[in-house]
Amino acid sequence: MKRSLIELATGFNSLLVGMRVTIRQFFRPTVTVHYPHEALKMPKRFRGHIELVRDPKTGKAICYACKLCERACPSDCIAVEGAKLEGAKKKSVTQYVLDFTKCSLCGSCVEACRDNAIRFSREYNLAGTNKEDYIMDLFKRLENERLEAERTEAPAGAPASPPAGAPGAGAPAKTVEPGQEVK
Amino acid sequence: MASFSKPLSAWWPEPLRLVLFLVGVLAFVGLNAAYLVWVERKGAGRFQRRPGPTEAGWAGLLQPIADAIKLMTKQLIVPAGADSTLFRLAPLLMMSPALMSLAVIPFGESLAARSINVGLLMIFAFGSINVMAIMLGGWSSRNKYAIISAARVVSQNVAYEIPMLLVVITMIMVTGTMNLNEIVAQQAGAFWNWNLFKVWINPLMPVTFLVFYICMLAETNRAPFDMAEAESELVAGAYTEYAGMGFGVFFMAEYANILLGCALATVLFLGGWQSPIGILPGVFWFLVKMYFLIFTVVWIRWTFPRTQFYGLLNLSWKILIPVSLVALILSSAMMKLLRA
Repeated sequence: MKRSLIELATGFNSLLVGMRVTIRQFFRPTVTVHYPHEALKMPKRFRGHIELVRDPKTGKAICYACKLCERACPSDCIAVEGAKLEGAKKKSVTQYVLDFTKCSLCGSCVEACRDNAIRFSREYNLAGTNKEDYIMDLFKRLENERLEAERTEAPAGAPASPPAGAPGAGAPAKTVEPGQEVK
Repeated sequence: MASFSKPLSAWWPEPLRLVLFLVGVLAFVGLNAAYLVWVERKGAGRFQRRPGPTEAGWAGLLQPIADAIKLMTKQLIVPAGADSTLFRLAPLLMMSPALMSLAVIPFGESLAARSINVGLLMIFAFGSINVMAIMLGGWSSRNKYAIISAARVVSQNVAYEIPMLLVVITMIMVTGTMNLNEIVAQQAGAFWNWNLFKVWINPLMPVTFLVFYICMLAETNRAPFDMAEAESELVAGAYTEYAGMGFGVFFMAEYANILLGCALATVLFLGGWQSPIGILPGVFWFLVKMYFLIFTVVWIRWTFPRTQFYGLLNLSWKILIPVSLVALILSSAMMKLLRA
């Protein structure tokens, strides 16, 4: 009798303790990220698909199509084409096709690159309705990025060329920079 | 004209009163059932550190309307081989007792549709129909799982009706009346005159309130005693076969019953429309107390996991019934000793 009464009292007390815990949580701020309205910023070492690195001096890709990455890729998902422009010492990349459907993000290409011309992007908003969306031309992606930047810098009212929707935009149409608002 | 006025005033307020009651209660219950779902979802969100519905309207306030539209556009499916009359009747049978019982709840000093002398008896008479409604819902849908769930509900509600009625008998003994308005009137004055704190009548009064509250949770099939629906383990318990607004009515009835249970707890224990500090109208205080109890219902739901079925029955038969019996005997003994 006595033991069961004690058990009853301690049991009831533990219920009150539980309720105190939850009511404290109730008045604390929420911790959720409202995903379509806001997105988490990806950490520095996030491994998205690879992207070409721009040379800060020239504004063009560092890559000169040595094809080391192509050879390093175990899944055979990179195809690089380059051409020697007139007056240039080195070749420069003209096409960099990444078949992301085969890529396993192992990073061998990034390791193989001697001039740090490719790196992991922080792209994670990858969704598409067909497979072809993921066979992306990273060179065109880089070029489109440049055009986009120029377009936003240009005075308002200037005829805007279709940005990401342009043919062969590379990445799926609805990609955004992480941490940026998505409409 | 003068000869007309007396018989006129004698009989025409009755239909008017009836219409006012119908419109008022339907609006009150409908609005509450809809927005208690919102409160529940918002509350669930806050207890889990997330915002709850935010998209439909400001702070998700249009969410219940969106839900209602969604439910109403869905097809009402009566399963083949089901008893279609009973199947359609069950949700209504669940909803109507709650609506009927609200007729005797005094929301304010003179704000009750009917102040009848056996108000408390009437509420419990109608309250017992709920079990039957869930039972019929499970039975008539011709689904094994629904019937099993319905059987669980019956054993649960029978088990919890006993301590609840024992508590109510205690309260009737203490107050000496079944008229809810009189019960509230007896609790006039500061808050220590509420039945909850009348420990000089019965030192177990707060415990009695707890027993009543726990039984109310179990009778309305709320978490942690939501064996009827148990949406995370059974499909939807006794409501498995209900689609669209058929389920919607069950859902609304659940909230209407919570409303009724909390209103009754307010009347019996928390002094109903009596103001604890003597300001503001009674209706305000009634609603404050009632919504506090309803918030606690939500709070409990998002704090405790669902009990096991054995635990559920053990709680009733081994704890609540003995405790309420002790409270009953103690208060009758004390009344006999102190008043004689």
